[in-house]
Amino acid sequence: MRASRFDATVLTLGFAFLYIPIVILVIYSFNASRLVTVWGGFSLNWYRTMWSNQGLMDAAWVTARVGVISATLGTVLGTLAALALVRFSRFPGRMLFSGMIYAPLVMPEVITGLSMLLLFVALNIDRGFWTVIIAHTTFTMCYVAIVVQSRLLTFDRSLEEAALDLGCPPVKTFFKITLPLIMPAVIAGWMLAFTLSLDDLVIASFNTGPGATTLPIKIYSQVRLGVTPEINAICTILIGLVTIGVIIASIGTKRAEMRRIRDEHVAARGTT
Amino acid sequence: MAKSLGPVKRKFSPWTDPAAVPFIRFENITKRFGDFTAVDNLTLDIYEREFFSLLGPSGCGKTTLMRMLAGFEEPTEGRILLQGKDISGVPPYRRPTNMMFQSYALFPHMTVEKNVAFGLEQDNLPKGEISARVEEMLKLVKLEPFAKRKPNQLSGGQRQRVALARSLAKRPKVLLLDEPLGALDKKLREETQFELMDIQTNLGLTFLIVTHDQEEAMTVSDRIAVMDRGVIVQVATPAEIYEAPNSRYVADFIGDINILEGTVVSTESALGAPGAVRIDCDGIAVAVEQECQAVKGDKVAFAIRPEKVRISPDQPAETSVNAVYGEVWDIGYLGDFSVFLVKLADDRIVRAAQANVSRLVDRPITFGDMVWLTWPLDAGLVLTR
Repeated sequence: MRASRFDATVLTLGFAFLYIPIVILVIYSFNASRLVTVWGGFSLNWYRTMWSNQGLMDAAWVTARVGVISATLGTVLGTLAALALVRFSRFPGRMLFSGMIYAPLVMPEVITGLSMLLLFVALNIDRGFWTVIIAHTTFTMCYVAIVVQSRLLTFDRSLEEAALDLGCPPVKTFFKITLPLIMPAVIAGWMLAFTLSLDDLVIASFNTGPGATTLPIKIYSQVRLGVTPEINAICTILIGLVTIGVIIASIGTKRAEMRRIRDEHVAARGTT
Repeated sequence: MAKSLGPVKRKFSPWTDPAAVPFIRFENITKRFGDFTAVDNLTLDIYEREFFSLLGPSGCGKTTLMRMLAGFEEPTEGRILLQGKDISGVPPYRRPTNMMFQSYALFPHMTVEKNVAFGLEQDNLPKGEISARVEEMLKLVKLEPFAKRKPNQLSGGQRQRVALARSLAKRPKVLLLDEPLGALDKKLREETQFELMDIQTNLGLTFLIVTHDQEEAMTVSDRIAVMDRGVIVQVATPAEIYEAPNSRYVADFIGDINILEGTVVSTESALGAPGAVRIDCDGIAVAVEQECQAVKGDKVAFAIRPEKVRISPDQPAETSVNAVYGEVWDIGYLGDFSVFLVKLADDRIVRAAQANVSRLVDRPITFGDMVWLTWPLDAGLVLTR
């Protein structure tokens, strides 16, 4: 089917609207000029100065650690939540629980961030590295839960029953049978959680404290003092990382799905 | 390929021995799922080394019964005894039963070898013993060349064998088979049925099979329990089930049968045969040589298998009883048999089957012919239920 002229125009405009700002940002990160709006020739200068900017590098390191730790915690909790939701189909409060797991998806980040902040204040916890991690774990675990849940819904439970039947206790069955088979979804969930943590500004800025400035916070505060091409450089790297993360996550889910479909086809062939 | 045949099957009937102790006993088992009663106050004994079938349509509770023995479901009421011991509350991973799943449930991330070894590894057996046992099992199901393959690289029949090998590897006291051959094509299914019987006899195990395929149950079983809506209607050997079903339900479920509803006219031995029952089936006079509880005036059914009905264009000597006259309405040619659907004057259809013993392409009896159907006194039976 050929796209009509109208469709093509709409598509082009839409993509332009979405991506021109990002493309400009990336282009200007290679600008030799100090002025953000004037092209002064190609240069990798800003990537060099960015590298030697201790504040920026510290923030990047904090962000990486927050991302890895919170994504890992979020993946563990999210996977457990997904298991509970799919497996125990009739426990009291299931509707409430499943509603609550989705709530952070639609909840404004400001509210999530603020409520976490209020909790930490109420508990008299000093805000810093770990409070950011807790806040990020909370909001990423529901994304993981959704990704893992969709995999579990198509999981053949007789595989677990077979393992039990052959003498394997339930917990061991989970690690030997269930987990290896849902691993692609778990990894995809981790990637998603990591990416979300990486680019979160709002929740982090509510819950951070001294010495735990994440990269998005650092960038935001620097921009208020004036945009330097250095910021463009670090943003370009961030965009690259996020893009890679999203691509890997989607390839992961896609391949798992394709493998499942292929298995089903082979199975169907095998039965005829 | 020359096949080594196992020992000749001997007559095996522990259920007729009052001193025999059942290996498995379902005692007043009831299982409810919410409002739905899947199994209703069911009692059943299964003996050691028996090949026992649970047969019934889907939803009759046969799978639930098996899953309760495996430990995946707990009975709502009643108890299950295995070798005299109550196994209620014992989790599936501690029960001496193994199950072959309908979907085979092979672990897709493990090779054939690993799948078969899985159960043995759970018992922490020494490595050498495990690999020896795996090899033995793969040999038993003729899958040695496929040891290193993953399940998705196997055909349906091969997967079925892996599933069988895996469930046999631990030498369970009871092997449970849930519709084991459902996914195979007819020819392979028949072959596998005989292999299953060989394996069962050679290893001396107790097999409990769940199936909705009556031919399969007839072929493999020592005894069959026919189930309907959570209760057992009849437990008997395949021949008894076929020749002496105890109810319309069983008669109709197993094989092909003519059922004529009627009323008992007399139970005197008017024909000189002791215990003969005379029935009037809306104008068809039927006499059956059978002991039965029915008395005069009871509504009963007369049932007769099509292959026991004689079909002939010639009028028989005796037409007052066990004889009907009608028109050949349709013929089903099955190769070995032809089934004639004969329409009587009152539009009732009676089926008669005839073995095609000669290689005639044109049958002497054809569409539209007027024929006589007759049967001897002992060919049919009276069903009171």
